This record gives sequence, structure tokens and C-alpha cells, in this order.
Amino acid sequence: MTNLQSVSSPSIHSEDRAHEADHPTSTVAKFGVEQPLKLDCGIDLAPIQIAYQTYGELNADRSNAILICHALTLDQHVANVHPLTGKAGWWEIMVGPGRPLDTDKYFIICSNVIGGCMGSTGPASTNPATGKAWGLDFPLITIPDMVRAQAMLLDRLGIETLLCVIGGSMGGMQVLQWTAAYPERVFSALPVACSTRHSAQNIAFHELGRQAVMADPDWHHGRYFERNTHPHRGLAVARMAGHITYLSDAALHRKFGRRMQDRELPTFSFDADFQVESYLRYQGSSFVERFDANSYLYLTRAMDYFDIAADHNGVLAQAFRGIKTRFCVVSFTSDWLFPTSESRALVHALNASSARVSFAEIETDRGHDAFLLDVPEFFDISRAFLESAGKARGLDSKAFSSEVDAGSREEDASKKT
Amino acid sequence: MALQEQSLPLGGVTPDRTGKYRTDHLLVAEMIAAGSKVLDVGCGDGELLQLLESRGIDGRGIELSREGVNRCVAKGLAVVQGDADTDLVNYPDDAFDYVILSQTLQATRQPKTVLENLLRIGRRAIVSFPNFGFWKMRLQLLVGGHMPRTEHLPATWYDTPNIHFCTIKDFVELCDEINVKMERAVALDLYGRPVPLNLPWWVWNMFGEQGVFLLSRGGAGK
Repeated sequence: MTNLQSVSSPSIHSEDRAHEADHPTSTVAKFGVEQPLKLDCGIDLAPIQIAYQTYGELNADRSNAILICHALTLDQHVANVHPLTGKAGWWEIMVGPGRPLDTDKYFIICSNVIGGCMGSTGPASTNPATGKAWGLDFPLITIPDMVRAQAMLLDRLGIETLLCVIGGSMGGMQVLQWTAAYPERVFSALPVACSTRHSAQNIAFHELGRQAVMADPDWHHGRYFERNTHPHRGLAVARMAGHITYLSDAALHRKFGRRMQDRELPTFSFDADFQVESYLRYQGSSFVERFDANSYLYLTRAMDYFDIAADHNGVLAQAFRGIKTRFCVVSFTSDWLFPTSESRALVHALNASSARVSFAEIETDRGHDAFLLDVPEFFDISRAFLESAGKARGLDSKAFSSEVDAGSREEDASKKT
Repeated sequence: MALQEQSLPLGGVTPDRTGKYRTDHLLVAEMIAAGSKVLDVGCGDGELLQLLESRGIDGRGIELSREGVNRCVAKGLAVVQGDADTDLVNYPDDAFDYVILSQTLQATRQPKTVLENLLRIGRRAIVSFPNFGFWKMRLQLLVGGHMPRTEHLPATWYDTPNIHFCTIKDFVELCDEINVKMERAVALDLYGRPVPLNLPWWVWNMFGEQGVFLLSRGGAGK
């Protein structure tokens, strides 16, 4: 493991992370023991809290709300500065005034998933029964559990039907679960780079990541917070492996090739001679600063368990029978983690259920992560789909006009930062 | 089935006073009852689908190019990026009342399989294609001695996507072979106007620049 010595120790202290888990820099919706979250594993989880961010304004008839479901290692900080890293929101390219998810038109909500570590109840949160972090005492959660929690949040916000649910990767799984569990609450759905079930290969990669975390002596069977440590080496390795699956051979080659890192010749050691090594180590070490190791175990497990067809007698089309939701499914040519074939299988099932579905495969060499990057073709279709959904739902520019004056937007922006 | 014996009624095409829609699209739209469920294979920019939806028809599309899909999505249409040769097999039987294949048959790798799939997925199919028996085509091959190119089919033989050209007569024979019933047939001239009905088939095959056919499943299978 000598080559991992250069994965730097986290600069954000574990106390900051722990604080964010219980007292997030986000709005929090709390649900008491009288409103438990019914988990698939049979446990009623209570009390819970859900941390969320919103952007834009909800219109008078509450018809312009869009829910963003975030991916495995992301969080609710879509379009604002991240409280731990100080970096820009992960989807600022997509969300904002004039962007495809136009905050002048839509009311946008993103909540941290249950099991996450950025303020919604998860293994890093304090277990009220012990006064200490849950750790592995936290019950196993599933994608349907995450969606059930989001539905509780929407009830709290008084939003009956969403104009759209959108998300990529694990977020896309949640989108599909939304349409399967609450079809009448979803006017349109935009699942991106995802699948209706996790493949054996995907489960295998997740197992590799989990084993890396659990092999780290600092993990202490998930009780690392009691010893004031964090299995940052194991989690960094998990992130490095995961990150490779988010890219593509072509993207890695274009970005790094076989170029050397700050040197002309190999050092004949296990130093990060190659730029790609240095890049991966950076990805690993920056990830552990903001993410909880146990949370990574729980969320990867939730993805592994996901299989919509299995919940409907093995017939995927049954999950969507009679559904009125308008779908736009998007995949990327170079995504080998959630390949186009998975999206096509979904589209076939939706067709078989007579659902109103559009599908586009975007050509790009940037791999699975393309949905987070500057891919104009993806922006175009997202914008077009949302606008047509808005039109079909009776939203027009007039309906938004009361909110578009610059003053309210500035006020809104200052409120968020 | 001899061509000359066919008696095929040609319904009148309601003139489009706005000039918004193509004649062949209007002709197709006339063939479809309101409230039907329709799949348009190779729907392009979704012009025909829009026309159909404006008439209370529930339309879906398949389109090869992502740009086409994008323009359709912008119009609020439900269009899937795909290919007639590879993707029709994934649709269930009887999923649609009508399946439309407009000016695409000649570009498929397996026209016969595609045609069979159209009538498996849909109870009826509407197929239109450029007629290679059109007199201008014949003349170019006969006199010019080279592969025909027309205003509507300008590609050279080496870069054309149209790999399976046929004549109206060829198509009628294929329908006969795979037990497909022709409910209506219309030949359109160079200006998109229907060739007069009372003329014999060979005239259609000569003067029809394209053929539009409403097909259904034949009775007893062969």
C-alpha cells in the first residue's frame, strides 16, 4: 500500500463532516416518531430529517416543481457553493436562470438521500438512542426508501404533483422508482444514464469499493468516529475504482495519455509517475474530505439491491402499466457503467406499457460522467423536454412572469449563499 | 394477383388551405381514424406526427438521427431514437392501430422483414416509397445508361442510403407474397398530386413518382 501514502490526509476534519450530518448547511425537514419512514427492510425509522436545497419560486398553483435526484457521491448542493469543499454546485451548468432547468421558470428541489451524509438521516447521523453516530447500526436502505422519504418531503412542502423528476445514475434510478411508485405524482420524468436494475458488473465494482473501505484498519467495523479516525485510504481507493468506471478509455486517453506527471523519466518507484495516477489520487483524496465511509457502503448497497422488474413479478413493463407520465430517457454512447442497452431495455418496457416515451442516445466519448459535463446535446434535449412538458401542463411564460423580475432573483441568490 | 385487376378506391385529399403540411402527409392523415394509436417509423422532424396529433391521433415516433429526435421532443412528441431494421422487433404485437413507414422502406436492410414487423406491431400499415418504375428513372437508365438521380433522390449510387429500390409493381408483388392485403393504394405524381384513379396499374407504375399504400394483414396465411 506504499503507493497510497501520497493520498493526502483529509484537510476537512471529521468533526466538520459529523456536524454537517446532523446540522447541515441546508433547510431541514424533521419528521418525528409519529411519522416514521417505512423501510423495505421492515424497520420504521424515526425520527428522521431530510436536508434539502431549493432554487427558484413555486408558482401559485404549485405546478412548476422539479425534483432533482442526486447520484451516489453527490448531494443536495446542486447550484450553490458546497459547504464543505467551497466548490461550485455539481450541476450549476444545468440549473440556473436561463439554463435548461431554468430557475426563472421552475421551482427546483434537491434533497440529500436517506443514508447520505450531508444532513439527511444516515449512518453518520447521531442515533438518538445512543447519542453516538449510527454507524453500522443504521438499517439497510434501498432506492425505494430514498424515494419514500422524498415523497414525505414533498407532502411537507405541499407539492402534490411534480412537473418533472430528473436525475442521472443513482439519481436516474430514483426517477424510475418515482414513476413506478407514485406515477400520478410525476407529470414527466427524465432518467439519465441509468438502468432499472444494477448489473452484476456494477455490483462487482461496488463490492470492490466496499472491501477497500472495510480493509482499512481505520474503519474499525464502522465505529471509526469513536476513535476519531476515518478510513480515508480505503474510501479513497473505492473512489478511485469508482471514478474509472465513470470515465471511458477514450476520455482517459485524451485527458492523460501516457504523459508523465512533473517529470521526464520514470522514477523506477511506485510514485505517481503518470498523470492519470496523480489524477486518480487527487480524486480519491478530495472525495474523502466530504464523504462518510459508512454512507458509501450503504448507498452502494442500495444501488445493488435496485431491480424494478423484480418488484413486479419479473416483468418490467408491469411496473409502468397504464402510466400517464411523459418520459424522456437519455443515455451516452461511451457510458459502459450504464450502457445504452440498459436504457433501450427500459424504453422497450415503456413502449410495451404504452407509455409516452422519448429516447435519445447522446454521442460523446466522456463516459458515464457525461451527464455532469458540458454536453450541449444533452442540455438541448433536456431543455426541449422540460419546455414541452411545461406547455402540456399549462405553464406558459405568462405564468412565470411574476417571478422573472431581476429583483426577486437577486434576493433569491443572496438567500442561498 | 394481377395488377390490372386491382380496384382501389382513392379517397379525396382535403386541400390544405394553409399550405402548412405536405400533400403526402395529408394523404396519410386522411387514411387514419381519429382516436387511433399510431407509430411513425422514420418520423424525421415530426411534421406528420404533429399533423396527426392535431387531429386527435395518439402518435409515437422512431427516428434515426438524434437531431431529429431533439426537434420532435421540442414539439412535445414522443419519439425514440432507433432504426427500423433493428428496433421494430422490440415492439409487442398489436401495439398500434397504424404503423407508418414514410419514404424509408428503400433504405432498410431487410425490407421484407420490416414490412412483416409493421403489420405485426400495427393492425394496419401505411407505407410510402419512391417508385423506381417512374418514367424519368426508366429513361435515365435506358437512354443515359447510368443509375437514375432525380430532384427528390439526388444521391449518387455510391453514397445513397437507399439500398433497396423497388417499383410499385415490385411492392405489390411482395405484399402478395407475404399475404398482405392492400386496402388502398395511391400513386403521387412528381408534384405530389394523386395520379387519376381510373387509369390502369401500369400507368401508375410509369407515372407515379411515389406510391402510398394502406395495408392490413391478409386473411388465411400461406
